Amino acid sequence: MTDQEKPDISNLIRLLGPGLGELLSGRQIELEHVEVELGELELWIPVGGISQGFPAPVAAAAKQMTPPVKRLPRPDDLISEKFLMEPDVFPAQIREITLGATRAEGGTRGSTVTVGGSTSIPFTHPQSPPPHPPVISLDVFDTRVPMPKALKNHLTEVLDDPAAWAKMNVEQFGADMVTVHLLSTDPLIQNKSPREASKTVEEVLQAVEVPLIIGGCGDPKKDAETFTEIAAMAEGERLLLNSVTSDMADAKTLEPVCKAADTHGHCLLGFTGLDLNSAKELNRRIYQYFPPERLLMDLTTVALGYGLEYSFSIHERARMAALMGDPELQHPTISACTNAWSAREAWMDLGPAFGRNDLRGPLWETIGGITLLLAGVDLFLMMHPLAVSTLRDVAGKLMHPAEIKPDMADWAALKI
Amino acid sequence: MKAEHKKSIREISPIDVYKLLPQTNCAECGEANCMAFATKVVNGEVFIEGCPPVLTKNYEKDLLKLQELLAPPVRVIHFGTGNSQLKIGGKHVLYRHEFTYQNPPPIAIDISDDMENEQIATRIKKVQDFSYTYIGRPLSLDALAVRSVTQNPYRYTEVIQHICELCNLPLILCSTDPNIIKAGLSACVERKPLIFAITKENWKEMGELVLDTGCPVVVSAPGDLSLLITLVRTLQEWGIEEMVLDPGTFHSDKIGQTIHLFTALRKAAVKNFDSLSGYPILGTPISVWNGPELSDDLNHWQEAYLTSMLITRYADLLIMHSIEGWALLPQLIWRFGIYTDPRKPVSVDAGIRTFGNPDKTSPVLITSNYALTYFTVESDIKTAKIDCYLIVIDTGGLSVEAAVAGRYLTAAKIAESLKEWKADTLVSHKNLIIPGLAARLSGETEEETGWRVLVGPRDSSGIGQMIRERWPPADE
Repeated sequence: MTDQEKPDISNLIRLLGPGLGELLSGRQIELEHVEVELGELELWIPVGGISQGFPAPVAAAAKQMTPPVKRLPRPDDLISEKFLMEPDVFPAQIREITLGATRAEGGTRGSTVTVGGSTSIPFTHPQSPPPHPPVISLDVFDTRVPMPKALKNHLTEVLDDPAAWAKMNVEQFGADMVTVHLLSTDPLIQNKSPREASKTVEEVLQAVEVPLIIGGCGDPKKDAETFTEIAAMAEGERLLLNSVTSDMADAKTLEPVCKAADTHGHCLLGFTGLDLNSAKELNRRIYQYFPPERLLMDLTTVALGYGLEYSFSIHERARMAALMGDPELQHPTISACTNAWSAREAWMDLGPAFGRNDLRGPLWETIGGITLLLAGVDLFLMMHPLAVSTLRDVAGKLMHPAEIKPDMADWAALKI
Repeated sequence: MKAEHKKSIREISPIDVYKLLPQTNCAECGEANCMAFATKVVNGEVFIEGCPPVLTKNYEKDLLKLQELLAPPVRVIHFGTGNSQLKIGGKHVLYRHEFTYQNPPPIAIDISDDMENEQIATRIKKVQDFSYTYIGRPLSLDALAVRSVTQNPYRYTEVIQHICELCNLPLILCSTDPNIIKAGLSACVERKPLIFAITKENWKEMGELVLDTGCPVVVSAPGDLSLLITLVRTLQEWGIEEMVLDPGTFHSDKIGQTIHLFTALRKAAVKNFDSLSGYPILGTPISVWNGPELSDDLNHWQEAYLTSMLITRYADLLIMHSIEGWALLPQLIWRFGIYTDPRKPVSVDAGIRTFGNPDKTSPVLITSNYALTYFTVESDIKTAKIDCYLIVIDTGGLSVEAAVAGRYLTAAKIAESLKEWKADTLVSHKNLIIPGLAARLSGETEEETGWRVLVGPRDSSGIGQMIRERWPPADE
């Protein structure tokens, strides 16, 4: 990415309003007022970790200490030990899948993304970083959905225009992908036709050059119709269809969806609710009609406070089993991180003691994302720009941390 | 490193434990027989000390063997005294799904001796008052880390005295200067504080203090695990047993190193049973404040996500500077969550729950049987003091939103549940309150059930207000 392509940070600050502007202003100050801050740096330099020569108080010396429990002779010198840090070696690896296709590859995307390929639990050893950085997809909805203010604030102008919304996600917030949620197709809401949905997707495809994820409404019959229509319309684009479920198998729509996705060269996301056995079972059913090499898994992401630990453990279990050799779980995983906002702690005014609602919400989404990143999730569906930039930043530094020099714990004497 | 061959908690069978029990089936422990007790012990549901006979002289040797068999590869360390004593470490496994994580990491908030006494008092009050009720349980902060910034032992003693007058919170004394620690200990040694820290430079003087006082101590070697276990080995030989390890909490562009260091140390302890690594780990997200960031908010932000990462990756004790509610709340909730029993069912039983003293005119509500949804709704109904019936529907343990999306919660399912639990016999009206997140089912539900549907709030915290404003519903 050249500097020109980078989302403009001051623009972001303006969009997010005065609260977040302040938050990010540290960076600005650093750039613009270097001299001023240097003058003040003194305040930030920790007082050295050594004594400045004050004698110990007499009271301390005189005080009776509790008697020693066990007293052995003091070793004269340190007894040298060597810590060995071997990376884990696993027999298997996660499938590597590319989403999106450029013109040369039969699509129209300007770029593609690749997920998966992991050969170990991520970030456990410096010698085994994951092969790809996590991919971040930002959400777009084709109809108005209830949304916390913190999310809506910077989107007011694009809420009714999926194409403009997608463009904003890419250009201003640096989305690697865009997810178009076609909620308007829900038979119980607007019941829009697959053709209308397909038109929305077409508009988004024209508005942005990044690969797309297509989200349905959750109805196994309707989603099958919608996905089939879109699969044909976007031939060769290597879309990710989100999602296929065991309900589709029950409704006998799994086969046609899988076949349409396969024929037109797309990828599929299998969705199951926090249960590895169901995930494996669904995958087996999908394999009957669709190549495993293009299948991803959504094992369900629950918000922090609403059961994030279930999502965390199921992802750790799945990844461990996959690396140990279970082929039915060797698929890249995605997390609908945006679910963080269903937790009341993310959006509710909890009073001054828990204040800064404008930061608590994005932090909720950030922590959900980073936690599942540590558990091995490959692709994140997100919304808040601050959560997006933090996850991307942290992931990069987890993959390629700067060198450290053995050090003293200087925080102990730090003037804060 | 000293790798040992020992059985992990996952490999210990109930038989291994049973063989060392009295095998009298006396049932004094509350279980039907010794085998049942042994099974609970290996599942981590009860402790071996829950068997009264094994604590008697006759079984002294068996008890020792049992304790050795069941000892966690990461030792348990205590600091503080009495009711406020903290227990850290005691970990058995690397992954939560293998065995419930034990002893959630206490969070200590720092106090520095350059603060005015009044400022210190305000800060302590904030720490003590900080509380959030989460599914009916209070979540709070645990300890104070007192740092010497002035480097003046007199001031340090004074600050510790001041703190001890104000509160009973367990203390961590933070300085690498033995004179400072000595000054601090003179004011609080009877409270058994944790000492931070022994280093390569001060180990001889600080070691003397530790042996003199019997206080536990942090061994600090940021970024150098070989030095860290070298210090541990040396101190072990000297007779120091109560240790906590500080592998260094690096942040910003070095954050990946921190995760590597913590993971390596914990792996050495629980996978290789390396006795030099088998101590609780201290995480110090407060370290972000030594970084180049000039904005306080950005430092709070970094400290917050770093803390959550350390809760996930093996910290047994944390020192933070932020006392901002927005930064602390997710930590307390995540700490609570990741330390719950992973085998705990995701769901509660379907059925009718009664709140208060409902009568024939009381509201009837429905919710999902996902455990956290249920507990949240339960806590909100109790808080709002509503007399009502709550029908818990089997949604396969999914939350309302996921269950509606995945068709686990449907109009048909609601109709079936109303019938199964005989809702029509409970009340004389036919008004059903459904969750706001299931709003789209309202039309179909009215058709299927013949009940009139009232769409409740999207978040159950709004139930109280809804009942006050909209119950009983006006006739159509």
